[in-house]
Amino acid sequence: MKKTLRRPVFLIGLFISLGLFSVALLSLVWTPLPPTKMNIVHKLKAPLEFGLLGTDQFGRDVASALMVGAWNSLSTSILAVALGASIGTMAGVVVAMRRSWLELIVMRGCDIIFAVPPILSAMMLGAFIGSGRFTAIVAIGVFMVPVFARLTLSAALQIWTRDYVAAAVGMGRSKAKITLVHVLPNISNQIIVQVTIQLGLAILTEAGLSFLGLGMPPPAPTWGRMLADSQTFLGQAPWLALMPGLAIALAVLGLNMLGDGLRDLLDPRDNS
Amino acid sequence: MISILIRRILSLVVTLLVVSLIIFTVMDLLPGDPAAIMLGTSASPETLAALQKQLGLDQPLPVRYLAWLSGVLQGDLGQSYTYGVPVAGLIAERLVVTLPLALIAIVISVLVAVPLGVQAARRHNGAFDFAAGLFSYISIAVPAFWVGLILIILFSTMLGWMPAGGFPGWEAGLSAGLKALILPAVALALPQAGVLTRVARAAVLEVMNEDFVRTARAKGLSDGTAIWRHAVPNALVPVVTMLGLQFTFLIAGAVLVENVFNLPGLGRLAYQALSQRDIVVMQDVVLFFSGLVILMNFVVDLAYLAIDPRLRAGVR
Repeated sequence: MKKTLRRPVFLIGLFISLGLFSVALLSLVWTPLPPTKMNIVHKLKAPLEFGLLGTDQFGRDVASALMVGAWNSLSTSILAVALGASIGTMAGVVVAMRRSWLELIVMRGCDIIFAVPPILSAMMLGAFIGSGRFTAIVAIGVFMVPVFARLTLSAALQIWTRDYVAAAVGMGRSKAKITLVHVLPNISNQIIVQVTIQLGLAILTEAGLSFLGLGMPPPAPTWGRMLADSQTFLGQAPWLALMPGLAIALAVLGLNMLGDGLRDLLDPRDNS
Repeated sequence: MISILIRRILSLVVTLLVVSLIIFTVMDLLPGDPAAIMLGTSASPETLAALQKQLGLDQPLPVRYLAWLSGVLQGDLGQSYTYGVPVAGLIAERLVVTLPLALIAIVISVLVAVPLGVQAARRHNGAFDFAAGLFSYISIAVPAFWVGLILIILFSTMLGWMPAGGFPGWEAGLSAGLKALILPAVALALPQAGVLTRVARAAVLEVMNEDFVRTARAKGLSDGTAIWRHAVPNALVPVVTMLGLQFTFLIAGAVLVENVFNLPGLGRLAYQALSQRDIVVMQDVVLFFSGLVILMNFVVDLAYLAIDPRLRAGVR
């Protein structure tokens, strides 16, 4: 516990991330105003002039839209990372278990996936099945598969060289059982750290996708589309461009710091 | 060494082929008939069939793939459905925007990150190190396209120093062209600079206590000279590697930033092709970008082998 308190990066990250999650969850039951309710009389009002953070071109409350945007962004990103992490981790531990030609295929596959940025795959996929949340989740999730596959493979390979694994092999345990009992629990820390950091990257990517109109369709508020809409009013209402960007940056910053803090905290080599 | 090289090149070719096959197949499965889109709704079935035949759309998929691939290999990327011009020309035309944009962004990010990382490493755990760490945390977290918007608000809307977007073309002169690219390049460079600062700092920290740097100091070189002349060149290897690995993100960032600044680059071309259902253009641009990423990683790999003799031995 003392160790935790001496890690400002971890604490700040935890604080921001918890804030993000609470705001997102809160938006499900309460926002200052209905986020999609138009109120033309009060359009383009500055922060505090009407509502906490002002209103957009239709008089919608920016603070409320940002709150719902937090939920939309976070839920999309969580699903995407869950998709990428589960497939990638599975591929990684299976390859570590079997090696051989499978390793070549999976690793080449990773190179190939990594060569197509999610923005482009979302465009291709969007043209195919229409853009929307599902497309965004798949495009981001698939791009994360190589990250987790590479990480788990190298971490799992290290575990396979350990004496206790050799002992388990000697005792006649099956490879699948060893993977479940010894490999996965021992690499879970690294996976958790990576999930946190990739969650930040997913939020950034989701914002980019919805900025291009490849994310959740309107009227659902997303941080990316709020930024896209703000472009018309840069001179008149710069806060419309400022707020969603700050929200994205803060969310990503928090998750990255949390991930880094967790890495330091969970690193077994650093128990002094 | 030669056998490693051959193996790498073979694997490069296979990867590129698989990527091209995937991209072709995905784009081919798209609903909507390009011939019908080109002709509009009023076309007669005969005209439609004739155009389909002319475009080769009546052939089976493997035949179309091979035809497309052999075309690509000869520099014939097909015709754009909407513009009615060869896609190769279209890409070349847009590349003169995207390529300088990416290069300027890389140069800016390296010029910011390397000195920052080196100084941070020298003043390890000091105030400067803390500030550099803060800089990289924040710059990694901000979306490049948002930085673009903020730069537009600051330098075009408020100060009026810079154009808010658009590209006059290189015909308008080098300085006008560069002026249009500088804000987008800064926006694109910032997240890269954050990542590179971390890498440079870690690399210098690692090398700083190596024997050859200590020897350089023992010879009587000042701290700064020893580091800049001996530690930094060695620390550049991971920086270059990271630049290669970050290339995917640079391209993704360019697609967004070009749309913010209304730059007629490749990213904007892909986006427009998407909304116009110009499948051939989409196919080619995605293929071009992914080919570029794969090639970049290949080059980094080779550079590694060239720089570090230990790896050459290790691979054998």
